[in-house]
Amino acid sequence: MASEDLQVVPIRHWGRWVVGALILVLLAALGFALADARILYEDVPGFFTHEIMISGLVDTVVLAVCAQTGAIALGVLLALLRRSPNPVARWFAWGYIWLFRGLPVLLQILLWFNLALVFKFISIPVPFTDAFLLHEPTNILITAFVAALLGLGLNESAYMAEIVRAGLSSVDPGQIEAAKAIGMTPGKTFRRVVLPQAMRVIIPPTGNNFINMLKGTSMASVIGFLELIHAANRISSGNLEIMETLIAAALWYLIVVSVANVGQYYLERAYGKGVR
Amino acid sequence: MTLVRAHGVRKSYGATEVLRGVDLTVDEGQVVCLLGPSGAGKSTFLRCVNHLETIDAGRIWVAGHPVGFVLKGGKLHELPEREVATQRRDIGMVFQRFNLFPHRTALENVTEGPIQVLGRRPADARREALELLARVGLGDRGGAYPRELSGGQQQRVAIARALAMKPKVMLFDEPTSALDPELVGEVLDVMVALARDGMTMVVVTHEVGFAREVADQVAFMVDGAIVESGAAREVLDNPQHQRTRQFLAKVL
Repeated sequence: MASEDLQVVPIRHWGRWVVGALILVLLAALGFALADARILYEDVPGFFTHEIMISGLVDTVVLAVCAQTGAIALGVLLALLRRSPNPVARWFAWGYIWLFRGLPVLLQILLWFNLALVFKFISIPVPFTDAFLLHEPTNILITAFVAALLGLGLNESAYMAEIVRAGLSSVDPGQIEAAKAIGMTPGKTFRRVVLPQAMRVIIPPTGNNFINMLKGTSMASVIGFLELIHAANRISSGNLEIMETLIAAALWYLIVVSVANVGQYYLERAYGKGVR
Repeated sequence: MTLVRAHGVRKSYGATEVLRGVDLTVDEGQVVCLLGPSGAGKSTFLRCVNHLETIDAGRIWVAGHPVGFVLKGGKLHELPEREVATQRRDIGMVFQRFNLFPHRTALENVTEGPIQVLGRRPADARREALELLARVGLGDRGGAYPRELSGGQQQRVAIARALAMKPKVMLFDEPTSALDPELVGEVLDVMVALARDGMTMVVVTHEVGFAREVADQVAFMVDGAIVESGAAREVLDNPQHQRTRQFLAKVL
């Protein structure tokens, strides 16, 4: 018999069928268990759109966006300091990152929130006069929001500094030379040539960190800041439907994180021009 | 008129002296080729001319200005980087590895300098950039990103980018060394045309044929110093220095 007439028997992947079936069975079991659990699913939509929950959602997003934005700006500055020819600047940036990356965020939030214990007033004096640019009781200035913003933002800025530094280092030095050769100033070289190319390396880990930041805002609940978890607890303290309110909060976290993912996708596409 | 004058240029990297007193004069409209073995300091010297490298001793004048300095009250004051940037507008440079901006199209690469540095109106810069791209034979590739272009095409865009600044002198740092052999010709053709149009050029190259065809002056560099220089045909056809003879025997 000529070989072209021979019947071909494709390999059977029996293992794949078994593993697939096993996963489906386990998922079904989980589904039945949850359906049978003592959860009042019909109450979840009410908690999901509850006035307190929405205000917690807004505060969570505002805190995360403010802290991340500030952290990015500070991170760029710190990365530049770390790459500076000035040894004092390099040393300072290294120490800053060592400190703010090394301490737990929760501890930092608590330190800021209790600042009034050690400094009664926060003052910015005008040099050589008795006048003050700012002179306020610490208790008034450091609200729960400000303490959480400082705790989350300063910690994140230390991480951002390293992410930005990695991004800047990834740009070919020839790019800087080319920019100089057409007469660009150092500032313009950074903004027009180095940063846009560094962004390709900076964006993915920053997106990761922002998702962490969104969830990290939950730590602000310990100082009474009304973010999603605090909002859920407040609602459930009246009706004791703890699981139901937490599920509503969980849904909001997943929605916000998904929106952030979409944003990251478009940012990556914008900065991937000419490369992908 | 003298456009570039280098006098006693010295430079060391740590203990290694890479330039040991280089003297070179380039007149307006002249094409000068720097030849010599690898490691002779040709590229380093060229990079000193637009202050990408600083020099340890000597002086380089371009278009009447001491590069990297300003003459005030009989003293040379070192210029901050942003003012060196202004001096560099007059000095175009083409690199061995092209160094096009990968995140911008060919056209945007060419308009970047005129718009961002010279403050030209985008519409004008665009029109002139298209003319320049046409001049280097890429009139239809303005919308392409560098990675979509061949090495030879990228180098021609890089030449157009440098020309867009309307420089007084163009520096070429081994412009064909990173190219596949079959792409060398298209870049050299553009450079020959540029030379014919009267552009002042300093070219570090291994292309002896190019030097013979267009160079007014050839300078041969060995171990950080120019050992022989003169009219292209004299140096290339009747080399006096032993190292020049050795080098030419190898590359021809």
